[in-house]
Amino acid sequence: MPTENLLHPRRTTLDGFRVMRSGLVVALVVAAALVPQMTHNQYYLGVAFQAEMLMCLALGLNIVVGYAGMLDLGFAAFFAIGAYTTGILSTKDHWSILASIAPGVVIAVVSALIIGFPTLRLRSDYLAVVTLGFGEIIQTIAINLNQTGGPTGIYAIPALTFGSVVVESNTGYYYVFFVLVLVFAIFSTRLRGSRLGRAWLCIREDEDAAKAMGINTNHYKLYAYVFGAVLGSITGSLYAPALTAISPASFGFSESLLIVMAVAIGGLGSIWGVMFGAAVVEIFPEVFRSFAQARLLVFGVALVILMVLRPRGLFPERAFQVVGARIRRRFDRPQGSATLQLAGDVLVGPGDKT
Amino acid sequence: MTAVLETDHLSLQFGGVNALSDVSMQIGEGSLYAIIGPNGAGKTSFFNCLTGYYRPTSGAVRFQGSEVTGLDAAKVAGLGVRRTFQNIRVFPKMSVLENVLAGGHLRATSNLLSIVVASPGFRRTERQLHEEAMSSLEFVGLADQWNNLAGDLPYGMRKRMELARVLIADPVVVLLDEPAAGVSSVEREELSRVIQRIHDRGTCVVMIEHDVDLVMEIATQVTVLDNGRIIASGLPQDVRTNPDVIRAYMGRDRK
Ligand SMILES: Nc1ncnc2c1ncn2[C@@H]1O[C@H](COP(=O)(O)OP(=O)(O)O)[C@@H](O)[C@H]1O
Ligand SMILES: [Mg+2]
Repeated sequence: MPTENLLHPRRTTLDGFRVMRSGLVVALVVAAALVPQMTHNQYYLGVAFQAEMLMCLALGLNIVVGYAGMLDLGFAAFFAIGAYTTGILSTKDHWSILASIAPGVVIAVVSALIIGFPTLRLRSDYLAVVTLGFGEIIQTIAINLNQTGGPTGIYAIPALTFGSVVVESNTGYYYVFFVLVLVFAIFSTRLRGSRLGRAWLCIREDEDAAKAMGINTNHYKLYAYVFGAVLGSITGSLYAPALTAISPASFGFSESLLIVMAVAIGGLGSIWGVMFGAAVVEIFPEVFRSFAQARLLVFGVALVILMVLRPRGLFPERAFQVVGARIRRRFDRPQGSATLQLAGDVLVGPGDKT
Repeated sequence: MTAVLETDHLSLQFGGVNALSDVSMQIGEGSLYAIIGPNGAGKTSFFNCLTGYYRPTSGAVRFQGSEVTGLDAAKVAGLGVRRTFQNIRVFPKMSVLENVLAGGHLRATSNLLSIVVASPGFRRTERQLHEEAMSSLEFVGLADQWNNLAGDLPYGMRKRMELARVLIADPVVVLLDEPAAGVSSVEREELSRVIQRIHDRGTCVVMIEHDVDLVMEIATQVTVLDNGRIIASGLPQDVRTNPDVIRAYMGRDRK
């Protein structure tokens, strides 16, 4: 552990750190926005927007698993609900894609309440089993109903339109999901900085103690589950037109597991971590396509190594702070008692641990 | 003196064990009430019954005159009955400041929309809550620790953080389960001062404490539990000289 702040050796830590971090955020967002300008390879663009889509799903699941600490192994169910609602309404009833988001969300919320209300009181391991079952049920329904197109699914889903603008290219969907990732990330950050986020973390850390704070733990667990469902369903509704065809195979246990992996690899509860984890989970197996049959094995080994080396994820959650500058100035001792972390490296102010 | 917190023939059984038998206690407004007794006497179980963590087998708990027996722990906390835990329970992966903010959960009233758009109203409520959390931390002498993870604090500081977390809720009654257990004598002095200051603010304090000297020094009233029963109750100096207490509690402790 470095004993002095390597980035600002002279200055004390907090504000310099914040400026640097904001700069980094802007640079990353701009770089991501320029991806379609850097390549016209449709395959790369396809992988890129699939990565964004997985980021959206991971941000949704992060509220459930990362914040509230409830293991949900059937998250793809909500993704499926959004995708199928939009698929059915847009092909059979000629709804616009945007309009079909709302009924998808409503169905997702109602199912989250029906599944969540009786089961969220259970301990986390039981919860994992129930959510796993729910994921399987939704996939089975999709395979067996006529309205959902059976095992072949739904095809010829119309394009997403905003007024007269029609989104058809991979580049177009890249930007649509780019905005969605931003919106979900900001939404998650806002929730995290409010009583909701704090209540979720308290439940994750110690549910009995959370009750002593006056937190109605059953309600807050249900809120987390419902918020996750909403984000999952919205992502599904936009996924349907992006691929133009959906089938039950895309919404099974393996998809749920992929989302859990994205959250766990990146770092439970950490928004940057979760987004990065999603990118890794999506892009890594593509990079190793040359290994052909063995690529999943290689991926699996890489994951095991990663989890041994960094059990809390690549970008573990930091202590959360949205504190007014006034408070910070008043209470941060000049030599800085704060321990700050960026990308897992601990940057410590001089004179730490007095 | 009117009772803030009152139990009426409270009994609690675990299988064949009588953790509490027929405990009736009146905790008056403005008192600094101490509950003492040997290990396993039922003190923590009594707190758990008062705060909705255990449901008593029979008997009643009343808070400010209305019955709260069997109410959910979160509801009881919401009424203004706040507690600490014997084996400290902090939220380790949250900062010290966030731990205290969590204690003020019910005072952060912003609705979802104002949270999501970060409305001026939301910002104002949060800023105010942050200020109050920092004052609570200052009150217990931990303001400079605000940005550290609670799980990284040494034992004594965690105990004080738990106090700050209770205080931000502006409670009516504070229940402290062995606040001075396991801390150094310096920390003990500090804790005793903090507890007295809480009492001086007009908050009713109930504490379980093994340290008889501490109890005799600051308590206004003492009840002694042994084997789930009240064996003595009264002013500290009276209880101290009570032969039953000497036999049951002091005697056994020395053995
Ligand atoms: N959850 C529980 N399950 C079973 N027995 C318990 C439980 N909680 C307390 N007891 C029993 O009740 C008695 C009183 O315990 P406790 O209230 O912790 O005593 P004290 O706090 O005075 O040391 C003990 O015999 C203990 O074993
Ligand atoms: Mg005890």
